[in-house]
Amino acid sequence: MSAISDQIVPRSGHGAWLVWLGAAAMAYLAVFALALSISAERLADNWTAALAQSATVRISAPPAELDAQTNATLEVLRTTPGIDEARVMSAQEQADLLAVWLGPDLPLDALPLPRMLEVFETAEGPDRQGLRLRLSAEAPSAIYDDHTQWRRPLIDAASRLRALSMLALALIGGVTGAIIALAASAALASNAQVIRVLRLVGARDRFIAHAFVRRMTRRAALGATIGTALGMLSVLGLPSLGPDATNGLGFQGLSWIAPLAVPVLAALVAWAAAMATAFAVLRGVT
Amino acid sequence: MIEFQDVAHDYGGGALFEGVTIALEPGSFHFLTGPSGAGKSTFLKLCYGELLPSRGTVTLQGTSLRQMSRDALAEMRNSIGVVHQDCQFLDHLDIRSNVALPLSTTGRAVSDRDVDDLLNWVGLRAQADALPPTLSGGERQRAALARAVIAAPRVLLADEPTGNLDWEMSQRLLSLMVELNRMGTAVLIATHDMNLIRTAKSQVAARVLRIAGRKLQSAGSDL
Ligand SMILES: Nc1ncnc2c1ncn2[C@@H]1O[C@H](COP(=O)(O)OP(=O)(O)OP(=O)(O)O)[C@@H](O)[C@H]1O
Ligand SMILES: [Mg+2]
Repeated sequence: MSAISDQIVPRSGHGAWLVWLGAAAMAYLAVFALALSISAERLADNWTAALAQSATVRISAPPAELDAQTNATLEVLRTTPGIDEARVMSAQEQADLLAVWLGPDLPLDALPLPRMLEVFETAEGPDRQGLRLRLSAEAPSAIYDDHTQWRRPLIDAASRLRALSMLALALIGGVTGAIIALAASAALASNAQVIRVLRLVGARDRFIAHAFVRRMTRRAALGATIGTALGMLSVLGLPSLGPDATNGLGFQGLSWIAPLAVPVLAALVAWAAAMATAFAVLRGVT
Repeated sequence: MIEFQDVAHDYGGGALFEGVTIALEPGSFHFLTGPSGAGKSTFLKLCYGELLPSRGTVTLQGTSLRQMSRDALAEMRNSIGVVHQDCQFLDHLDIRSNVALPLSTTGRAVSDRDVDDLLNWVGLRAQADALPPTLSGGERQRAALARAVIAAPRVLLADEPTGNLDWEMSQRLLSLMVELNRMGTAVLIATHDMNLIRTAKSQVAARVLRIAGRKLQSAGSDL
């Protein structure tokens, strides 16, 4: 039974390579789009996590007022609900921060550096508007910076990237469907006599459609599997961005499972496209 | 089984026949004659729903062809064996697989023994593994008949089944169809072969229909 339904359509290679190669190429691209989407999400998460619940206060006052304003600021912070802890950064910590940008041989003493306070907010965070008002009264030179101006554009960029990669995935799915539909209608057209005979001996549309669709689906799944494997190898081979790879482009840990869905989805898209085409063609045969 | 009610058919160049009303009852045996181009093959195509009539109603087992779903028509064809004038094989499958098609495409079990017995009967045992295009015209017709009867149909429609056969083989195929008819199958054979009709009438109560002058007439008495 399954043997005969496999043989019923001649094994002529009409459009076989198109399905095979098309599915492989589309799967390859899909893996990259998926990697981009997952990386964008991870980046957004990392950045927000890194920036959330921490803030800095920068005090740029004349040396004479610096200590007084620092104490006043600490006092304000201590009495503000939503602030977990606040501490003055040591000169060495500040030097370390700046060394990243300006090099290690910094003549620190010669620079009029502002004093930096590191602030840890609670999960709820403080009423920032109120806090800024109180600070401007108690320590006019203190500037409370909760990194919002950094966070927003980063998250925006990441979610745009994610949306674009989703669009790319949708386009890839659509093009795959179109390729399969085209190949299916070519196969059906070149086998018009086979379809006619099958209808005449009493085969149902579903049986005839399956004979074509099964082969299309199998080819698409095989092509997509190879394309996915190559895509995953390529993603694996992307240059790493330092030892902490969490900011790199690619899959990590469990997200390596995600691209495995590509061949399955490709087979589903192929099946649906070929099925729709087959039934549309069959309606024209008595 | 198959009923025509005031049926006319027209491919676009004028009606081939009109006002045809007839019923093919279970167990009946009919011949259909008429000049070439009179519409015999067309009549048969109306019987198994390859064509819809331009006018009138064709009813298969109580359901009008026009109201039948595609699956219902397929199901109906499972019980109608057809020998097409141009045979209609799958040229990439061997004769054995072609003969088994009515069973294998409808999920029914295929017994290789039964297929080979049948091929034996129509004298094609040696050609079982051959591809249809390599067979002679007469061999193709015999294979087509084997395929038409493999599923023990309730109706057998045969379009010139003996056109390319010698007299002895024609007799052999006729006896196969007569045997089937005795088991209850309604048989309709389109043919020009008057000898075949005469021989059949000696074996079975066959009626002869004739398409002439755009009418379907009963020609039972003049033979
Ligand atoms: N698909 C078609 N489209 C248009 N005209 C057709 C079609 N099929 C058959 N005809 C015409 O209808 C007429 C009857 O054809 P049909 O095949 O039914 O004749 P027939 O009685 O079987 O002839 P023969 O004895 O030669 O087989 C012919 O003139 C033929 O040209
Ligand atoms: Mg004819």
